[in-house]
This record gives sequence, C-alpha cells and structure tokens, in this order.
Amino acid sequence: MKISDIFEETYSALLSNKGRSGLTILGIVIGISSVIAMLSIGQGAQSSIQSSVESIGSNMISVMPGVQCGAGTFISGGRGSAKSLTLDDAEAIASELSGISNVSPEISGRYQVTAKGSNTNTQIIGVVQDYASVHNVTISEGIFITQQDNASGNKVAVLGPSVVEDLFGEDATDIVGQTIRINQMNFKIIGITQSKGGTGFGSADDMIFIPLATAQRHFSGDKYLTGISVSASSNEVMDQVQQDITDLLLERHNKTTDTADFNVINQADIAATAGSIAQVFTILLGSVAGISLIVGGIGIMNMMLTNVTERTKEIGLRKAIGAKSSDISKQFLVESVSLTFLGGIIGIIIGWLVAFGLSYFGLIETKVALSSVLLAFGVSAAIGIVFGYYPAKRAAKLNPIDALRFE
Amino acid sequence: MIETKNITKIYKTGDIEFEALKGVSFKIEDGEYVAIMGPSGSGKSTLMHILGALDTPTSGLYFLDGRDVSTFSEDELADIRREKIGFVFQAFNLLKRATVLRNVMLPLIYEGISPEKREERARRSLEAAGLEASHFDHLSNQLSGGQIQRVAIARALVNDPSLILADEPTGNLDTVTGEKVLETFRKLNEEKGRTIILITHESDVAEHADRIIVIRDGRIVSDKNNKH
Ligand SMILES: Nc1ncnc2c1ncn2[C@@H]1O[C@H](COP(=O)(O)OP(=O)(O)OP(=O)(O)O)[C@@H](O)[C@H]1O
Ligand SMILES: [Mg+2]
Repeated sequence: MKISDIFEETYSALLSNKGRSGLTILGIVIGISSVIAMLSIGQGAQSSIQSSVESIGSNMISVMPGVQCGAGTFISGGRGSAKSLTLDDAEAIASELSGISNVSPEISGRYQVTAKGSNTNTQIIGVVQDYASVHNVTISEGIFITQQDNASGNKVAVLGPSVVEDLFGEDATDIVGQTIRINQMNFKIIGITQSKGGTGFGSADDMIFIPLATAQRHFSGDKYLTGISVSASSNEVMDQVQQDITDLLLERHNKTTDTADFNVINQADIAATAGSIAQVFTILLGSVAGISLIVGGIGIMNMMLTNVTERTKEIGLRKAIGAKSSDISKQFLVESVSLTFLGGIIGIIIGWLVAFGLSYFGLIETKVALSSVLLAFGVSAAIGIVFGYYPAKRAAKLNPIDALRFE
Repeated sequence: MIETKNITKIYKTGDIEFEALKGVSFKIEDGEYVAIMGPSGSGKSTLMHILGALDTPTSGLYFLDGRDVSTFSEDELADIRREKIGFVFQAFNLLKRATVLRNVMLPLIYEGISPEKREERARRSLEAAGLEASHFDHLSNQLSGGQIQRVAIARALVNDPSLILADEPTGNLDTVTGEKVLETFRKLNEEKGRTIILITHESDVAEHADRIIVIRDGRIVSDKNNKH
C-alpha cells in the first residue's frame, strides 16, 4: 500500500464519518482549550502578583501604626485607626540608625477628587521628596513633590496615570499646570508618575501625591502619620535595620515587645506572603486544569475506542480483501494523528482566544505560556493516538471472519 | 490446487459447542468449476470461509497449492487473499458509506496499483458483473439488493484472482442477470482457466458447474461430476 493511498483512505474514511470525526475533534478541542485557558489565568495571576510585589520598592521596610503580630503576617495597617507614629519618629530613624538610605513618612486617606466636572474617589498620600526613591516612583511628566513644597505647605499634586485617565480621559494632554480639587481645595498639578503596572485596589498608579505638610495641615489636622517607609542601603542589612527600627521605636514610645503600638514589616515578608498566595492560586488552577485534562482525555479516549469498536467490521472487511495488519494499523494511526492535530490546533486557537478575551475585556489578567500549550497538546495527542492506534492494531489481529461478525 | 483433509469446525457460544463441519475432505484441481449445494445451516459458508483463508478450521488440514495454510504467516495470508482469491460474501460486506467505485477499487489500493489504473479496472469489472455505469458513483447503501450483489461480485473479480469463491452469488438476482453472472464465471473458467467454487441452493444454478458437491449437517454426502 502506498503512502499517498494511506492518506487518501484516511481522508475519505474521516469524511464519510463526518459526525463522528466532528465529535472526536470537539472532544479534543474542549480538552485542550480549557486547559490552556485555565493555565493562562493561573500564570496571569502569578505574574501580576509578582509585578505588584516588585513595584512596592526595593529593600523596603514599612512601619505602620497598629498592633504587633507574628513575623510574616500581613496586617492591614488600619489606616488612621492607631495614632502612634509621628514625623519625629521618622526623623529619629533617619538620623540615629545606620544602614538606611531613605526614610519616607506618609499620610494617606481616600478623598473625593474633581477636575473639570469629572470626579473620582482615590487615595491621597502626603509625602516628602524621598518617597520617590523609597517606592521606585519615577516621573513621566513635570516634577515630583519637592522639599520646597513641604517647607511652604504648597497645594500641589502629582498624579498617578490611572487618576489622570479617570479625571481627564485617555488621550488628555497638557495635564501639568492644570488645577484639580481635592476635598474642596484647589491643587495645582506639577507632575505625573510613570505607570508601574498592577491593577485594582491599592495600585500604585491610582494615587495622588501631595506634600506631607499640606496633608497634615488640611486633611488629617494632627501630627500623626499613617506609615513610614524606609529603604535599607542593601538587602543584607534588611533584618538588622528592621530590628533597629523596632528597638528604636519601642524605646521612643516607651513600650515593650508585647505592648508595641506599631508593626515593622519588611518587603521580604510581603513578597513571601504574596508568593505563597500565588502558589496556592497556581496549585488550585493547576488542579482544575489537571482535572480538565483528565476529563478531556477520557472524552478523547472514549471517542477513539468507540470509533475502533464500531469499525471492527470494516477492519475485518479490509483484511478479507487482502489488507495487511500493518496497512490497517497505519491507516488508523494516520487517522488518529490527523484528528488530534486538527482538534489540537483548533483547541489551541480557541484556548488562546478565551485567554485573550478575558484580558481584553478586563475580567482577569491572563498569560498563555508555551509550556501549558505543549502540556495540553502533548497529553491530548498522546491519549488520542494511543487510544486510536492500539485498539485498531488489536482489531487488525483478529481473523477476518471474527472481525466481520463483530457487532 | 485445493485439498482439505478431515476438516472440522466447532463454534463455541458460551458453554454451547456446535460442530458446523464434521470432517470434510476433498480435492479441487486448478481450473475446475465446482458447485457446493446443501440445505441451510449445513455448513457451506463455514467451509467457504476456511477455503478463502478467512477463518481457520478447528482441526484437519487445508492445503493451498500444496502448502499447509496453517503454516502461513499473517502477511502471507493477506497476500493470498489479495492476489489469489476473489471472495463473494453471502452478506456482501461492502463499505456502506463509500461509493460503488471505491468499494471495487479497495483491493487494488492494497495491491499498490496506481489511481488511474485502479479506476479503469474497477469500471471494467463492474461492467462484467452487469452493473449499469450510472450507478458507479452511488453510495453502496443506496443500491438494491441485486445491485449490491453485483458490486460484491465485481470487487471479487477486480484483482483477476485465480480462485473465485462465491457464496450464493445469484441469490438476489433475477434469472436474466443471474445468467449473465454465471456466464461471466463460465468464461473466466473456460477462457482463463480460473478455478471457481460457488455455493447455491438452486439446482439450476448448480447445473452450470462441472462438478457438484452436496453437504448436509457438516458432512459431504455426494460428490459427482456434472455433464451439461
Ligand atoms: N459464528 C457462529 N457461531 C455459532 N454458530 C455458528 C456461527 N456461524 C455459523 N454457525 C452455525 O453453523 C452452522 C453452519 O452455518 P453456515 O453459515 O455455514 O450455514 P450455510 O450452509 O451457509 O447456511 P445458509 O445456506 O443458510 O447460508 C449453522 O447451524 C450456524 O448456526
Ligand atoms: Mg451460508
């Protein structure tokens, strides 16, 4: 039997069983596309968590008011709930401790912001100039809050790109120099920050920065801070600096470890927590993907087995008129390879489209990794080929009359 | 040359055993034209399947051209079925969803004949079997019983086999078409020296053969030359 004839036989066999071929392909498509879409969600979540962690700032240690918890536990600082940190604390950290490159005292709160009729509710952070270097903030237009702004308590603001979009629209230009109203007071825009990525609540892009002194005077009305961010001079001294800050503040506040009215968290703790969340997420989605792979695989297996069983009579007939067992095995191999490849390619396209659609419509961030495509395709193809080929090979071993009588 | 020595065939269905052939021995020389007759259930098809190397006897020996068929390898059996034997099944056994032409060309595909030659030979064979050319592109499940029978005959003859085994080849045909098929067999036998074994119920049909073997309950009860 010639190779071209094997392909022709395959083609006409698949075509004359359109319904069954279609269902087999559908099974493969569903198996592959669901695995790819599922894994793309997991991968997307992982990389978005990763970039969020990276955008926090390098070698950063956060001091927040509140109750001390065990190391590695992530506490929401309870904004404004505990009033224990002051500018003096920040200055003491900067002046008395070593291994520190920058200290950034901060006051944050959510306020209504309006500009030219549009309004939004966003996070307003009172900062000093060093905020930018501690938090890896870079400016894309204009300038950041300066020392001068803080000294004079200027009503100036630096906007995150998401805020700009919310207030002025997507294609707005010449933002710097315009005026916005925060909590009924006019602020002049002096700069816009570079986008750091990350979406949703607490995104670094969805913030407005104003001078710390201005925030104290016009918003909080007292001397307390909602947090102090400290950048250590290197990764190695992080633990030491964390310990030093704790000791210093305990002494200044006259507290013991058990009664501490603040927490000191370093970025490694945050990264570890976020990492373990991402890991749980990946395991979860991985198992869902694994289950779809198994379900899809069983579907494919089922179709292939039914196919061969239904066609045992045909196998008997082909043998009766002189086909070798190898001719029949070859034909069924080519058939199952064609089906799985066709289904596989359609499945990859659909899975990718689903992943793309989820990101495009902003439902969830997705990322299609080559490894998940290979995994989904490999497993489905292996199942399809094994369960298409081996039963056919076995049926081809029957003597023609037994196969012909098979119902 | 065909020779069977004390062939038996036992069918097992669960615990029940049924002996369809109870020791059949005969010899058929090349170029003979033999009819096998017998009542329904006497074991004719069972015997024919064994002669066609499609099934194996439970005991006894079957020699094809002097060689014991049980010693043939799988591939050798396939070669014999393809090149030497043309088999017309009682149940026809066509590929339902394929056209008439494809069905008849199928044996040639396994022989590696080129597509053009395949089609030409299939058409000639179908004409010889008496099927109208207008039906060649029909699907085989869109044909009448008699038309299907002629397709089955055409497929058996398309390889120009030296041994033709036909199980009730005229059972579904009217007298005129049946005569035409029998004439084809006669010509193949007389002009090309093909060996022909056909099974039939009807003594009219058996009369066309040069030798008539009668079997009953799995045994040969008579084996006579036929003068016509
Ligand atoms: N696969 C099988 N399993 C069990 N018994 C079988 C099988 N095939 C045939 N038989 C039995 O063997 C006997 C002979 O069957 P066979 O088909 O050879 O008869 P036949 O002479 O061709 O009859 P007919 O003229 O009706 O075609 C029958 O009694 C049948 O019931
Ligand atoms: Mg019969």
